Amino acid sequence: MNWDWKVFLNDDGSGRTYLQWMFDAWGWTLAVAGASWVVAMVVGLMFGTLRTLPNNPVLSRIANAWVELFRNIPLLVQIFIWYFVIPKIFPPMKQVPGFVLVVFALGFFTSARIAEQVRAGVQALPRGQRYAGMAMGFTTAQTYRYVILPMALRIIIPPLTSESMNLLKNSSVAFAVSIAELTMFAMQAQEETSRGIEIYLAVTVLYAVSAFAVNRIFALIEKKAQIPGYVMAGASGGGH
Amino acid sequence: MSWLAHQAGGIDMLGLDMSFLNWEIISKFVVKGFWFSIQLTVIATIGGIILGTILALMRLSGNAILSTPATVYVNGMRSVPLVMVILWFFLLVPAGFYALIPGGANNRAEISAIITFVAFEAAYFSEIMRAGIQSISRGQVNAGRALGMTYAQNMKLIVLPQAFRNMVPILLTQTIILFQDTSLVYAIGAYDMLKGFTTAGKIYGRTEEAYLLAAVVYFAMCFGLSYLVKRLQNKIAIIR
Repeated sequence: MNWDWKVFLNDDGSGRTYLQWMFDAWGWTLAVAGASWVVAMVVGLMFGTLRTLPNNPVLSRIANAWVELFRNIPLLVQIFIWYFVIPKIFPPMKQVPGFVLVVFALGFFTSARIAEQVRAGVQALPRGQRYAGMAMGFTTAQTYRYVILPMALRIIIPPLTSESMNLLKNSSVAFAVSIAELTMFAMQAQEETSRGIEIYLAVTVLYAVSAFAVNRIFALIEKKAQIPGYVMAGASGGGH
Repeated sequence: MSWLAHQAGGIDMLGLDMSFLNWEIISKFVVKGFWFSIQLTVIATIGGIILGTILALMRLSGNAILSTPATVYVNGMRSVPLVMVILWFFLLVPAGFYALIPGGANNRAEISAIITFVAFEAAYFSEIMRAGIQSISRGQVNAGRALGMTYAQNMKLIVLPQAFRNMVPILLTQTIILFQDTSLVYAIGAYDMLKGFTTAGKIYGRTEEAYLLAAVVYFAMCFGLSYLVKRLQNKIAIIR
């Protein structure tokens, strides 16, 4: 096999090297994944909590519908809908840049999975925790804020870790609407240079490094957030 | 599906016109892709579970010569986005290979997709099977040994049937995710269900409507399947 790693020093036709292009693309991947992560956490936490509310069938039904809707349509189709269909139905959305639309698509898609984990985390807590909050005279909101969510979020750190790594990997689907991220770079650079193996290897390594970094960050959070004397057993997460 | 198109047809909502998708167009464009999506899902599930079980057994064996490659393979596959794996296989499978398969030369993307999905899903199925095997209590294995069973007999007659049964709901959930992921063959242009919809949409100038209908069909299938899995789960839970 003859390697040609010098391909990364070639000019891509716009005055930058393929290496620079790749790092720009890595930046886009991280930007898409990071922004989507914020959307997914906020929305997922909200709907996941709503699903566990006692005595509120309307809200929990809406939250259930949200989860089912975003979980049962392929991500690629959701991205197409955000990118092509929604701007057509609501013309004001035409002003919104594609990057933002993809962030919402990926964020809402992942929010359904995070909501599922949050629900599982809340339900994994012993019922006594909720009763203890009630006995202290807390309102439902206070019980969630001070008792249930802090514990539930700690329980679900392991599945949240794998969902966050999935989110990073799923950001690759943004290539389909021409976001200039790593997969898009891989496809275009492969075509232009015919040095697919070198290009793909570099991109694959960057993805693996990024996913590993996410894993380490969560391990650090888990360690910092640990409550002394409490052994956490997390639920396992599936999917990809 | 014709019922669906009929219901949606004639309603000119928000500037969309769903009526273009009649049965004739569906049978011409979508059905072919639908069958490929199903074919890909079924082959990848069966192949993935078989290969995944072998990988799981390798990982659980005490022999480092077996467990190390299996661990590297599984972790490697799981840290790379599926789109990248699809691109890798499409790049690496030699042209001569397709010639060996009848009709292969004209269906390169489809054949490459099938190989990719078996190889990729095996990593995920192997994690599920590993958890399943580990969920069988040590006593079962010891009991088999006490009866004089060989390792192969023990696995075949005692451990794997129980592990498999315990994991059926999770394996099926993974299959639903797999079915959604088949849409990602978009990256290499294989003709799946989504491609069927988008092709029809492009030809008749109704791209947005095609994406929406694709979303409805995917949703109906995945939602229906996950409902069945939930019912099955309840049934199995009682037996256990």
